[in-house]
Amino acid sequence: MKLTKLLTSAAVALGLAAGAAWAQDKTKVGFVYVGPVGDGGWTYEHDQGRKAVEAEFGDKVETVYVENVAEGPDAERVMTQMALEGADLIFTTSFGYMDPTINVAKKFPNVKFEHATGYKRAENVSTYSARFYEGRAVQGTIAGHMTESNIIGYIGSYPIPEVIRGINSAYIHAKKVNPDVQFKIVWAFTWFDPAKEADAAKVLIEQGADVILQHTDSTAPQAAAQAAGNVYTFGQASDMAEYGPKPRISSIIDNWAPYYIARTKAVMDGTWESVDTWDGIGAGMVGIGEITDAVPAEVKAEAEALIEKIASGDYHPFTGPLKKQDGSDWLAEGEVADDGTLAGMNFYVEGLEGDIPQ
Amino acid sequence: MIRLEKRPQPSRAWSLATPLVAVLATMVFGGLLFAALGKPPVEAIRTIFWEPLFGEFSFYYRPQLLVKGAPLVLIAIGLSLGFRAGIWNIGAEGQYIMGAICGAGAGLAFYPLEAFYIFPIMVIAGALGGWAWAMIPAILKTRFGTNEILVSLMLVYVAEQFLASVSLGLLKNPEGFGFPGSRNLQAYDSAHNAELIAGTGMHWGVVAALIAVIFAYVLLNRHMTGYHIRLTGEAPRAAKFAGVNPARLVLFCLGMSGALAGLAGMFEVSGPSGQISIDFNVGYGFTAIIVAFLGRLHPVGILLAGGLMALTYIGGDIAQSNLQLPAAAIQVFQGMLLFFLLAFDLLTNFRIAIGKPEVA
Repeated sequence: MKLTKLLTSAAVALGLAAGAAWAQDKTKVGFVYVGPVGDGGWTYEHDQGRKAVEAEFGDKVETVYVENVAEGPDAERVMTQMALEGADLIFTTSFGYMDPTINVAKKFPNVKFEHATGYKRAENVSTYSARFYEGRAVQGTIAGHMTESNIIGYIGSYPIPEVIRGINSAYIHAKKVNPDVQFKIVWAFTWFDPAKEADAAKVLIEQGADVILQHTDSTAPQAAAQAAGNVYTFGQASDMAEYGPKPRISSIIDNWAPYYIARTKAVMDGTWESVDTWDGIGAGMVGIGEITDAVPAEVKAEAEALIEKIASGDYHPFTGPLKKQDGSDWLAEGEVADDGTLAGMNFYVEGLEGDIPQ
Repeated sequence: MIRLEKRPQPSRAWSLATPLVAVLATMVFGGLLFAALGKPPVEAIRTIFWEPLFGEFSFYYRPQLLVKGAPLVLIAIGLSLGFRAGIWNIGAEGQYIMGAICGAGAGLAFYPLEAFYIFPIMVIAGALGGWAWAMIPAILKTRFGTNEILVSLMLVYVAEQFLASVSLGLLKNPEGFGFPGSRNLQAYDSAHNAELIAGTGMHWGVVAALIAVIFAYVLLNRHMTGYHIRLTGEAPRAAKFAGVNPARLVLFCLGMSGALAGLAGMFEVSGPSGQISIDFNVGYGFTAIIVAFLGRLHPVGILLAGGLMALTYIGGDIAQSNLQLPAAAIQVFQGMLLFFLLAFDLLTNFRIAIGKPEVA
């Protein structure tokens, strides 16, 4: 037993040395994707970021990716494989990759890891995410104006802080412009499943929703809205412009390219450090897709003014006075939510109906 | 004129050769598919089949074959018992989930106590969880004559909802900042299904899979219950006359496959995966159906088939990363394997004859 142990560790050491040795000339960057690159949403935009890295550095980088990687042991194996094959920097682009990323990072102290949307960091593990709730504030404003039935449908993916933050932000701003507005929320329990997303959209439309927001990645809800007629939607993660000018009237676009290029550059220059990045509209990580002509000009102007205010930092979407759903006080007049509370948000704001699934 | 002629006896040679021919045909047509995608076909096939076993980093991939193959073999062994008797448990994925939930739940109930008896309790809880979930279609079938295929399959989706529920509620990590998912059992020594020898991939689930193979072999060849299973599948009327109690057989086969699937889930959640999360299940329960048939429902065959499936998964991921083959192409490749297996299976019972049918 001892001998086997010795042999294995020797083999591992050899492998690591070999992996490090032949990776010197080109910087190798790996990407682990949870969905297919053609999902038209989340994974698609990460892959756009990867392509931007290739375009920026040309011959100096080599990028590799593996798509459709299940969270858990499979992700751990794919990351290990990339590290063994000489990757210098690995982006792991799903929340569920958090523990696998930390596990693999421990085994490869010389490889840098970047985990999207998580909260566990290490010497060689950074985390990064985008303040999508800023985009949700814009969507909420437009949706509040556009709805005739005063019912806005929302397709939630998983009841995690990220998604709950989006619902709260959209609701607060829809309510601001339309006090009668009501949110109906359906939980799809998936990030990408066109069939389930289409079903969710149809259910919401049947319940009277004439504006649908989605936190899932496929264009199926857009197609369902188009089929139903007078229903408006917003592109999610990706522009989804092919559904404009109606039903898609605007979108939130994840723009990872600048971050990916900056981090790859840092590895090349040897200046990479473990950081926690959370950027929004101002830094360009969250983009707002074109607001189409289906939206009245004054609504569009109002939305654009809001984008401007958020980008410049003059306005924070979670500014008091705000109460929690149970009526207890959350933020006092003029008070702004701190990042810690936002990162772990697991409550609805006052006025939203229903419970967060447990 | 080419036509098919029924063999008087199923061909034993073809029965053994079919899996090999299917693998070869998959390689050829898979190679053509990869070539059509503009990737080097030989290199791709070599990466999938050779790299994990003998490539530069095989010291890492070989143990991973055990990690990936063990749950497949464990579940497929259980399924094969029922399949032989014509009892179709399609819901192993659900039993796998329930086993994992019960196993992890039993362990987390003791947290943070460290004691030697926690892991055995988790093993029992995992097996019971899977068993109980399989008893639902079993009892419905024996009592009301419902179709076990439909009931067991539908219960997979119920189990998935249950999994989401405990990830968000009952088993949620209280220190997880509001994110779904349980505590990581890898960080809880008494509940951690660690590698028995570091770097070998050998964990208790692998041991259990090997024991299950031996157990199933003995059961089918040396035991009365095994004889009843085979008899029911091959000659149901004869089985009736031989005094086989169909209801008891249904309970035994579904219960056994449920318990083994539950065990697989428990070993997975306490070991390689580490935590209960909404996306914990990755389809082992469904893939195991392919493994069971690829292995001709024979324990040793299943062991080999489990290894082969694991190989295509691991090799497939390497091919994606190194050659940038799309994931969908790898899935088509795996699908081809089953397709060719079923297609060539025809040759076990039929033979190709050229020319006009002979006049009897």
